[in-house]
Amino acid sequence: MDFIRATTWVDALAAKAAQPGAVPIQGGTDVMVEINFDVRRPPALLDLTPVAELAEWSERDGVLRIGAGVTYARLIAELGDRLPGLAQASRTVGSSQIRNRGTVGGNLGAASPAGDAHPPLLAGDAVIEAESAARGVRMIPAAEFYLGVKRNALAPDELIRAVHVRPAAGPQYFAKVGTRNAMVIAVCSVAVALHPGERRVGTGVGSAAPTPLRAAEAEEYLAAELDWDSGLPAPVAARFGELVSAAASPIDDVRGTAAYRRHALAVLARRTLTWAWNDYRKAAERCA
Amino acid sequence: MRLNVTVNGRAEAVDDVWEGESLLYVLRERLGLPGSKNACEQGECGSCTVYLDGVPVCACLVAAGQAEGRAVRTVEGLAEGDRLDPVQEAFVEAGAVQCGFCTPGLLVQAHDLIERNPRPSDAEIREALAGNLCRCTGYEKILDAVRLAAARKAGAA
Ligand SMILES: Cc1cc2nc3c(=O)[nH]c(=O)nc-3n(C[C@H](O)[C@H](O)[C@H](O)COP(=O)(O)OP(=O)(O)OC[C@H]3O[C@@H](n4cnc5c(N)ncnc54)[C@H](O)[C@@H]3O)c2cc1C
Ligand code: FES
Ligand code: FES
Repeated sequence: MDFIRATTWVDALAAKAAQPGAVPIQGGTDVMVEINFDVRRPPALLDLTPVAELAEWSERDGVLRIGAGVTYARLIAELGDRLPGLAQASRTVGSSQIRNRGTVGGNLGAASPAGDAHPPLLAGDAVIEAESAARGVRMIPAAEFYLGVKRNALAPDELIRAVHVRPAAGPQYFAKVGTRNAMVIAVCSVAVALHPGERRVGTGVGSAAPTPLRAAEAEEYLAAELDWDSGLPAPVAARFGELVSAAASPIDDVRGTAAYRRHALAVLARRTLTWAWNDYRKAAERCA
Repeated sequence: MRLNVTVNGRAEAVDDVWEGESLLYVLRERLGLPGSKNACEQGECGSCTVYLDGVPVCACLVAAGQAEGRAVRTVEGLAEGDRLDPVQEAFVEAGAVQCGFCTPGLLVQAHDLIERNPRPSDAEIREALAGNLCRCTGYEKILDAVRLAAARKAGAA
């Protein structure tokens, strides 16, 4: 096995092009588990943690660009106000030690259907910036990034540079079912993001299909039904929950049954929408 | 490969490190620092918690090469000579140690908590220690110890 320490982004891209089998490593919270347990024996590890720009974020023209190496702990501390949905999801990841090390870039690289960053990225219309030495930058919308169980849209010579996402324009919520408050892989999860300017609600569903996904029909239903100047009728919230649940194709596994997941998704979707809507109305009434 | 890393203030050059090895293995098996424990090797138990450039992490999930040029502080580096750190003293006094396997990781994690947040609430203590498993104590004495250490540090400050 080789160990390649990339110290600049250009070097990292060149190393990945020269050795497409090299496995990038950032927080190592997925990669090292596989190596420790002999599940994976890659020809090389490509350490990206020395690449300073990956650990930075910036805001330009109303869009945040978050380096692939920004940890959950920093995301919560530095971007929690601008990205409340992603910050809520980040707070549920592993433990404090895992959040000190784990990154959204790594979550995207692993592309687990249970990855907690995915639902809020989907709900917030995030775009993934991928790059290769040969073809340069490619912008991939989150909804097109997840291709299958632990499979993403990256080419073998590509690396994730950053995630682009607008700061929240309205309330955002994330909710996850698990057996305790820490250290749980989601049984299922839901994220909603209100986009009041467009009179639209974004959704993301985790751990309930081969890939994280948007509940497109549920989004269309709300776009047609919601009256943004009044309260949220209970039947609309309930129907939204049903449609989110219907978008999923969950399986029975050790963490839960498909039937439980379907039920829980409907409850989480109804709840998160209700929380978001109440926040939105409260803010709107204060301004009025 | 050769690894250059500062451990508890001492610059170390470690040879023949395997490229897929963890920092935990380097500490325990190559540097003779068995304080950090190896229980799960998958980030679940926290018994391998060490500071990496001042941030507590699971040493079992850090590839050795990722520690190149960085500073590691283990449980062995908490005391000053023979003088235990207040967190260590509090663990002894509160009876928070039974078999002791979880203790080194808890000490580093609790040490960090109190450094960052000198007056943690119970909820904050639980949150900070959620990634450290203990099979013996039932955690109550551990919470007592952290409260005691925090109160002493705040009192001394
Ligand atoms: C105890 C424990 C608890 C956990 N709990 C949760 C949880 O609650 N929720 C959750 O979602 N996850 C959880 N995880 C999984 C893991 O922490 C997350 O997936 C995390 O986001 C991975 O980030 P990382 O930086 O550590 O990734 P790494 O392990 O460094 O990499 C993960 C994958 O991404 C690839 N990769 C990394 N960086 C790049 C890049 N820049 N470009 C292309 N590919 C890249 C790697 O090659 C690898 O395939 C847990 C893991 C552990 C050990
Ligand atoms: S041995 Fe590292 S967390 Fe358990
Ligand atoms: S004292 Fe035995 S595991 Fe905690």
